[in-house]
Amino acid sequence: MDNKSLIGVQQLNVHIGNQHILKDINIDIPDKKVTSIIGPSGCGKTTLLKTFNRLLDNSADVKITGEVLVDGENIYAQGAEVTHIRQKMGLLSQRPYPLPMSIYDNVAYGPRIHGIRKKHDLDELVEKQLKATGLWEEVKDRLHASATRLSIGQQQRLCLARGLAVGPEIILGDESTSALDPVSTHIIEDLFVQLKEKYTIVLVTHILRQAARVSDNIIFIYMGKIVEMGPTHEVLHNPKEELTKQYVKGFIT
Amino acid sequence: MYKLRLFKDKFMSKLMLVLTLASVSVLFVIGIGLYYHSIPILHKLSLSDLLTTSVWKPLKGLFGFYPFIMGTLWVTGISIIIALPLCLLTALYINEYAPARIRKILTPFVNLLSGIPPVIFGVWGVLFIIPLIQDHIAPHFVAFSTGYSVLAGGIVLAVMIFPLIVSIITEVLRTIPQDLRDASLSLGATGWETTRKVVLKKALPGIIAAVVLAISRAFGETIAVLMVCGNNAVVPHSVFDPGYPLPALIANNYGEMLSIPMYDSALMFAALLLFVIILLFNIISRVILARLERKLAS
Repeated sequence: MDNKSLIGVQQLNVHIGNQHILKDINIDIPDKKVTSIIGPSGCGKTTLLKTFNRLLDNSADVKITGEVLVDGENIYAQGAEVTHIRQKMGLLSQRPYPLPMSIYDNVAYGPRIHGIRKKHDLDELVEKQLKATGLWEEVKDRLHASATRLSIGQQQRLCLARGLAVGPEIILGDESTSALDPVSTHIIEDLFVQLKEKYTIVLVTHILRQAARVSDNIIFIYMGKIVEMGPTHEVLHNPKEELTKQYVKGFIT
Repeated sequence: MYKLRLFKDKFMSKLMLVLTLASVSVLFVIGIGLYYHSIPILHKLSLSDLLTTSVWKPLKGLFGFYPFIMGTLWVTGISIIIALPLCLLTALYINEYAPARIRKILTPFVNLLSGIPPVIFGVWGVLFIIPLIQDHIAPHFVAFSTGYSVLAGGIVLAVMIFPLIVSIITEVLRTIPQDLRDASLSLGATGWETTRKVVLKKALPGIIAAVVLAISRAFGETIAVLMVCGNNAVVPHSVFDPGYPLPALIANNYGEMLSIPMYDSALMFAALLLFVIILLFNIISRVILARLERKLAS
């Protein structure tokens, strides 16, 4: 068992209903790098991402076996407490889902839950995270306006700031740019590249160019199985498996 | 052939319009009809006398509706105070916490409650709620109560509006995207924190709409209430006092003592009053709801 990486997956199998969604997944996600999970839709890549912070718990008929180790702790062990595990990860979903409250309260939501009450501390945190996501200049005059007033690209950056505010070590992105325009997509991608200095980032994407632009490593999943994984350049330009070759063919040409 | 198709299309759309207007106009027809029949009593007594005096002696020509209005408000108010927290927590449990298996068992039970005829709720109230209040609840608070009280009416009503509120709130909660909950959960929030700070906030307009519908229903509920609330034309001063809501007044007396002058007109006025109260209540709540939605959207 490799204890060095923040996220490790051992013999993970996920069944939803009668379907075997993920089969014998074994991976170690490299720290402080961007790792992209690619694959055709329905291959299980989003499911894999959601096993990392146990968001599958709420879905019906899910059966999970195997281990997901976060910081060396098996998060599927009996009695594992889920909120502190989730606190270690910021999730950026397909579409931005700002909470029904102001911009300020969105960012302060997590810290407040985890016990930060002093206004001064919160102010500081909110400013810091909004600056980290490049949103500060755009919203500093209307922090107490509703978050739904922001453009969708701004909302996604707000969601990122909200995730960073709880002090995670990991950022999970589930096709985080699929609802965004090209400019906002670019801003988010740049943010990922900047943020990998401090965070371990795992992205799910079906856009190979995006995987090429932002990631250091790629995991290719097909029909619930890991087909190939390795450094981005290797997987995209010099794939070893026939399936990977087929899949990335469109990218190379 | 070609023209016939177009004609059918036009004909059907017009037909639907006419039928829709016809059913909506029933509202106005009822309102106007009730007003028309209330004119005699409105001529004899002033509106403020009718609404604010408490003496109900039809034989002497005294028609004070104040006790009935208060009876209606007490019973309805009590029912909402009891039902709302109960319904909210039930709907939240069914939607946010219950495993799919339990949800499938619970939902039909809740719906079954709404299919029970009101008179059975009335009987249940007389057999169980009245003795419960008389022997076990009231003695702790007041010297004497027969059990027939606005509290009994409120409890029976609360049970009756329960399935309505639960099913509407359940529908509202279902429209809230799971991703929004996930957004909160993934920040390390517990289920309850997510429910309280995100789900309930998002569902608030829907919850208010549910309550409004339930109150409208409670205002008008007749048979079950009149069986348990004592039907005594005095203003209730505590929950253990009997009350006499407007629908009970109408149902108990219409067709019986119509030889007394003005009596039928007085009952029509009671109906008009109920009609107007429910109408006003609906209008006001709609305005509040629209404002709230605008505020949430901005």
